[in-house]
Amino acid sequence: MVAYRAGRPILVPRFLADVERVAAILGASSHVLNACADRYHFSVGFAASLLSGKVSLLPSTYTPEAVRQLSAFAPDAVCLTDEDDCPLALPLVRYPRADTATPPPSPPRSDAAGRVPRVDAAQLAAYVFTSGSTGTPVPYRKSWGRLVDCVREEGDRFGLRQRAPCTIVATVPPQHMYGFESSVLLALCNGHALCAERPFYPADIAAVLAGVPRARVLVSTPVHLRAILSSGVVLPQTDLIVSSTAPLAQQLAAETEQRNGTELLEIYGSTETGQIAVRRPTHGPEWRLWPGVRLTLEGDATLAQGGHIEQPTRMCDVLELTAQGRFLLHGRLTDLVNIAGKRSSLAYLNHHLNSIPGVEDGAFFHLEESRSSQTGVARLAACVVAPSLDAQRLLEALRERIDAVFLPRPLLLVARLPRNSTGKLPQEALRALAARARSAPARTALTIPAEHPALAGHFPGIPVLPGVLLLDEVVRMVESDGGLCGARWRIGAAKFVKPVRPGETLTLGHEPLPNGSIRFKILRAGQPVAHGVLVPLATQERPDHGRQAG
Amino acid sequence: MSDKAPLRQPASPANVTALTAEVAGLIVEALNLDLAPADIDPDTPLYGEGLGLDSIDILEIALVVSKQYGVQLRADSEENERIFGSLRQLVEYIIAHRTK
Repeated sequence: MVAYRAGRPILVPRFLADVERVAAILGASSHVLNACADRYHFSVGFAASLLSGKVSLLPSTYTPEAVRQLSAFAPDAVCLTDEDDCPLALPLVRYPRADTATPPPSPPRSDAAGRVPRVDAAQLAAYVFTSGSTGTPVPYRKSWGRLVDCVREEGDRFGLRQRAPCTIVATVPPQHMYGFESSVLLALCNGHALCAERPFYPADIAAVLAGVPRARVLVSTPVHLRAILSSGVVLPQTDLIVSSTAPLAQQLAAETEQRNGTELLEIYGSTETGQIAVRRPTHGPEWRLWPGVRLTLEGDATLAQGGHIEQPTRMCDVLELTAQGRFLLHGRLTDLVNIAGKRSSLAYLNHHLNSIPGVEDGAFFHLEESRSSQTGVARLAACVVAPSLDAQRLLEALRERIDAVFLPRPLLLVARLPRNSTGKLPQEALRALAARARSAPARTALTIPAEHPALAGHFPGIPVLPGVLLLDEVVRMVESDGGLCGARWRIGAAKFVKPVRPGETLTLGHEPLPNGSIRFKILRAGQPVAHGVLVPLATQERPDHGRQAG
Repeated sequence: MSDKAPLRQPASPANVTALTAEVAGLIVEALNLDLAPADIDPDTPLYGEGLGLDSIDILEIALVVSKQYGVQLRADSEENERIFGSLRQLVEYIIAHRTK
């Protein structure tokens, strides 16, 4: 048994035949970007690449920019896809349709007995990529032998090698290092079955688990585990739940175990090293390293090496070594960002933000405000100085460059960043700026005196303020409020609901919109008399508070 | 779904409008969006480049919707893509499947 799809088993001969079929269409290219969404298709594509001596490419993101960089790294790369409208700008190889609907071509040519082929341990199986900190993805070599060593150990740690056969259901993509190891390779290298589906909603996860026989293993993330608990969906009897990508709160681990009557193990690792440690959160905070893996302190950083690790790697977390082969995890190093298992750094994100034409200065930061998130995911925010762009255009440009999970929320257009005298940008100052820009609508008293020069001669007997005068006042007051964008505006929209007489006491309320515009409302005794939107003008001749070089 | 919705209300235009505003409010609050609920165009795609939501947001919305209206969303239903096609379609789905 290699896999299940829709609850139906896919057997080894079928798998080997599919591998051969796909190997035959991959062509002469030596690099394959395996973008198959179906986990069985991905596994077939990976095995087909491996057996044809091709290297699988596993990028951390699929933005157009990342794909361009991948093409530069491996100009002969092709993309194996099981989608009909794959948007990636690479030569596409379509995964054959109906792989299980037709009987296998008989007999498989390479190995009539259906024996599982052997692969040299030294063979380069894959390049996985991290986003890097300079805008260029960094490739890491993964040789077949070390990948196998790692997931055989994982099977031992999970008690799975003695407990065959299991079926592994995963909510993570097979292309992510965690999903690659803990669903695809864990199954293929330990004689277990993987589930082709990648369930998303809690009800899907329960349904897919229910469709496969025990022993069931659920490979997931804190986001999904929290979603399952929060939804009230009860999982069918699951023999083991595995979590990784972000630290799991002890409480969440305990509730997950209790509600589902199962054991939960947590994995620690990185794209560079693969998984290197495991713990059961309900049994204590200490992590146990894979045998052979060593951690050493190097200044502030911790270096991991040995065992299946390809090269000594500086870990991105603050680790405290407690005993031989054991450690505690104390969170990320400050510049690093991890959102729902996608890793990046503020430096990398800022690099891309500032590479957008029209951006004079800009910075991402952690908002750190409490929010009623059901999944526990906290997003980044960004403040940007870009007088010629609106938020929509900026977001479109960012979407081209960085993974969508890192898109700032909110994206605040500001007049300048709160750089200190050395040009540094304290996160605290950014948060304060954001709080000012987002604070509840500012309210200011507003009166236009009857003796205003513009009123002379207007509406004799029944003086009514011309709208343009009100707008002028709005612009003046919005600008005097500071911290907001722009010194020049056009009127995006304005509506005058009720006539206003000179000398009346009015209140002006205004708030910034995500695109940098300002929404305003003028009230008289709590009733609106006018409302509208000010849009910052694109200007070339703005005062110089531009970005310093670098 | 075959369940008879005990609290299901007839989908009069007024109910649809009220529910649309309510769901928009839930989305804005759950996702901490920098928008007023009324700013969400009922016909703009929620996913991808429309409102700019990603899969984690969709999961957040699904959880809020399940809590509020007793609707468990399923990705394998063919309707899923349509449901998140727009606020209007999400509201239509909730009206048809709500159990509370």
